[in-house]
Amino acid sequence: MGHDHAIEAEGLVKEFGETLAVDDVSFAVPRGTVLGLLGPNGAGKTTTVRMMTTLTRPTRGTARVAGHDVLTDPAAVRRSMGLTGQSATVDELLTGRENLWLIGSLYGLDKRTIDRVGTELLERFSLAGAADRVVKTYSGGMRRRLDLAVSLVATPPVLFLDEPTTGLDPRSRVELWDVLRDLVEDGTTLLLTTQYLEEADQLADDIVVIDRGTVIAQGTPLELKDASGKAALVVTVSRADDLAAAVERVRGAGLEAHVEEAARRITAPADGLSDVTRIASVFDGSGIEIDDLGLQRPSLDDVFLNLTGHRAEEVEDATGGAANEGEEVRA
Amino acid sequence: MSRPEHGTLERPAIRHTSLWHQSVTIFRRNLIHIKRMPEMLLDVTIQPVMFVLLFAFVFGGAISVGAPAGYREWLLGGIMGQTIAFAAFIVAVGLTADIDKGIVDRFRSLPINPAAILVGRSMSSITHSFIGIVVMSLTGLVVGWRIRGSVLEALAAYGLLLLWGFAMIWVGILVGSAMRSVEAVNGVMFTTIFPLTFLSNAFAPSERMGTVLRAIAEWNPISALVQAVRELWGNTGPASPDAHLPMHHPVLFTILWTVGITAVVAPLALRTFRNRTMQ
Repeated sequence: MGHDHAIEAEGLVKEFGETLAVDDVSFAVPRGTVLGLLGPNGAGKTTTVRMMTTLTRPTRGTARVAGHDVLTDPAAVRRSMGLTGQSATVDELLTGRENLWLIGSLYGLDKRTIDRVGTELLERFSLAGAADRVVKTYSGGMRRRLDLAVSLVATPPVLFLDEPTTGLDPRSRVELWDVLRDLVEDGTTLLLTTQYLEEADQLADDIVVIDRGTVIAQGTPLELKDASGKAALVVTVSRADDLAAAVERVRGAGLEAHVEEAARRITAPADGLSDVTRIASVFDGSGIEIDDLGLQRPSLDDVFLNLTGHRAEEVEDATGGAANEGEEVRA
Repeated sequence: MSRPEHGTLERPAIRHTSLWHQSVTIFRRNLIHIKRMPEMLLDVTIQPVMFVLLFAFVFGGAISVGAPAGYREWLLGGIMGQTIAFAAFIVAVGLTADIDKGIVDRFRSLPINPAAILVGRSMSSITHSFIGIVVMSLTGLVVGWRIRGSVLEALAAYGLLLLWGFAMIWVGILVGSAMRSVEAVNGVMFTTIFPLTFLSNAFAPSERMGTVLRAIAEWNPISALVQAVRELWGNTGPASPDAHLPMHHPVLFTILWTVGITAVVAPLALRTFRNRTMQ
């Protein structure tokens, strides 16, 4: 691992008494990229982030942030990173501007810089109008945006976001995604934990899937989808009459075809884009009119199901225990 | 805002700051809390004033004391002692709330000395308690309490109250770090501080208590403090000859108790805080 990695986790282990919350977690995040730490509630995501942000000491293993070791130089780690915790940890009794002042002052920024950076951030996060209102009056989305703004007061090159969009409505979530993309464009390295497969898919360059404290898969969203069984070729014909002929042609090309008559759709397990071009050529000049032809890759949902044997959301719903487990791990 | 060029981050200069600067910042933030929620001060204002009125006018007639101006003047020292004992409660409530809401985590993720969280909290809690002491002094003056000693002795009494407040901070940090919610802190503090202040000479003279109860009351650290401020303010005569040792040397014992409490509780409190927040 070298200087081009902004975050490195090396064999992180955390035990709470008898409970093994995190078990040998390793990964590296190249500078300027986004890593999604994906897993259900209680998987050990928060504990992993807490170890990497110097909030809790690893039982074994270590991590480096911007080249600084969390064990030997925690102060340098804290100077190089920002953290947005799971619950929006802004001060409810302070105004938005005062929250920025508080953290800026603790970072050791002078008053003029705090004023300038604070005003810029409030505008950037569409909070200028609410700057002098007490945070208690903010909506959930506004709190999250302020939380993020506060983490950026000292423009840290590395940003940790622990479930940044949990509890947000879909519109606020998409807005926050845009803000995060801007940050990455500016050169910030991002690590975000999420339970939402879609979120990891949308934002992350690389994904680490974690379940019950261990890494069960890692790779790009595309790699993870490829690893999780085959993609499917989907052909929809325009006229129901053509369906039988179309099935014959797909089978003739050596693919196993499943037919959904009502939808005039043929689905066939495929290897990749090469199959799409092959099938497209089969229909060339056949007189069969095609509505749609494409490759359907497994969603991250399928990936998670395939890796863990359960769906990401199911864990949360199935038992109150999962949520409690998460609590215990934090406590 | 104009964002920096692609791929480059312009960072503002992060200066190294002192523990003092960091503590004052957190102190100022805590003061904003009091400004936004003045009802936070009820515990050191309305509540002790209610106690003064209750004891002075309801029970006062039934309790005879040796003070020149009677029970009301004598009572004030006791109420002051109780008010400053509650400094522990104020520290604990504030600290638990900050831990519970993740504010302490946020502070700890910054390049600051984590002690600033405790120092800032202590500074604001002492300020909070001393607002109560000022309110009680003014209330006392209204109901007939007077300082009859010298200016120096009067200031010494306030100094002892302050010293006691510092010892109580450690108790507050211990309880605040150990408890999981503000409600739990309320429960623990009300079931300990109230009985402790009643099992003392704060509201009724210890001379007429039963032998065992009297021993407990006179060795109660709060009694030494209360006796000391009463003597320094000239609100009571010297302790009766058969009183237990601390009543004869109340100033000395107040100092000993505060040093003792600090020596025992401070390391425990710091360890509990560290364990709680490092999890």
